Amino acid sequence: MSEHTPRLSPRDWASHPPSLSPGYASSVLRSPTQPLIPIATSLAELAQPVYGHEMIGALDHDLTRNAVRNGAPLGERIIVAGRVLDDSHRPVPHTLVEVWQANAAGRYIHRIDQHDAPLDPNFLGAGRTLTDAQGRYRLLTIKPGAYPWGNHPNAWRPQHIHFSLLGAHFGSRLVTQMYFPGDPLLALDPIYNSAPAEARARMVAQFSIDLTEEGFALGYVFDIVLRGAQATPMETSR
Amino acid sequence: MRQTPSQTVGPYFAYGLVPAQYGYELSSLWGSEIAEARTPGEPIMLMGRVFDGSGEAVFDALIEIQQADAQGRHLHSLEQSRLTGFRGFGRMGTGTRDDRCFVFRTIKPGASADGHAPHLDVILTLRGLLNHLYTRIYFEEDAAQQALDPVLAQVPQARRATLMARRDECGIHRFDIHLQGPAETVFFDV
Repeated sequence: MSEHTPRLSPRDWASHPPSLSPGYASSVLRSPTQPLIPIATSLAELAQPVYGHEMIGALDHDLTRNAVRNGAPLGERIIVAGRVLDDSHRPVPHTLVEVWQANAAGRYIHRIDQHDAPLDPNFLGAGRTLTDAQGRYRLLTIKPGAYPWGNHPNAWRPQHIHFSLLGAHFGSRLVTQMYFPGDPLLALDPIYNSAPAEARARMVAQFSIDLTEEGFALGYVFDIVLRGAQATPMETSR
Repeated sequence: MRQTPSQTVGPYFAYGLVPAQYGYELSSLWGSEIAEARTPGEPIMLMGRVFDGSGEAVFDALIEIQQADAQGRHLHSLEQSRLTGFRGFGRMGTGTRDDRCFVFRTIKPGASADGHAPHLDVILTLRGLLNHLYTRIYFEEDAAQQALDPVLAQVPQARRATLMARRDECGIHRFDIHLQGPAETVFFDV
């Protein structure tokens, strides 16, 4: 490792769910049973894949327009914006933010989703953008609906948007979900509640009247915190 | 600041993360072709499946692979990528084929300058997994270089075989991931 290689902060396991979370039935046969093996080398600090602005389409950030066929998608138009930061409070600039979600009726366009709710011919539900130099991103979309799932009797997922981030390093990858404030289903959802109690609120967006645009759309702020290079450089071991 | 908690990728990631691969009307940023035919190096095909604790092949996993080029160097710019056809990163879901295999076309990476044997770094996400998993694919034929590899050195000998791709009779490198069971793949806290 070169003396200039940054050390990434560790995964803060007190902030993340345990892999086995029996209330979430699918985790039982799909989570590893052996402890993870720590790697004391620079693997986490490996740079993320190379991409650039030219790979992102002009409407990729606007889910209300990126799949229209004959009109606007149905549902409540919303703005979702925020910052991607690292755990030393530094912005993560020019980083990829990918999202996917159900439509306003709670139906995913994915062909394995069999929920009896209508598809919207003008809504795909997928988008992506890059953060700017200050780590800010902004998406336009339709507020997703709640939908039933088979985890337990009368199970419903709270309204949510899936987020995928690469961050600046191999070790800063994050896949998460953004939830909406005041959703009564949050208290009942085994996926949301798989995260430690003190950490859950970090996945809930905040309504913002400042972000809300008059006559157009409500605004929700969702900041995302990734692992980053540690603030204090570590001595290089020899 | 505290990290945002991880959540599962869920069953419906395909149209968000690998849309073109699944036939949705959105381009993919990355697919299963990590290197083109013109990319310098030894072309390889990597195939495998992801098995859950009941031994069933998983149809909704996403495999991401990051790797060095044939000289053991990571990609530094899009310009370099355009010149060589090497992308350095690929994604494939296991829901596109009836046999639930993932298939990557790439080149065999070179050993890195700091002593790592040729390898592919893997990020695995799937429904049911609340935190993504990191693992590594080495190549069975590189035993001499692996003896000096600093990551393998941290893996108990008895479990190292779970990190080895094996070349079959047709020259395809096979690598299965087992989430549980006696052959449970080694996953790393990176």
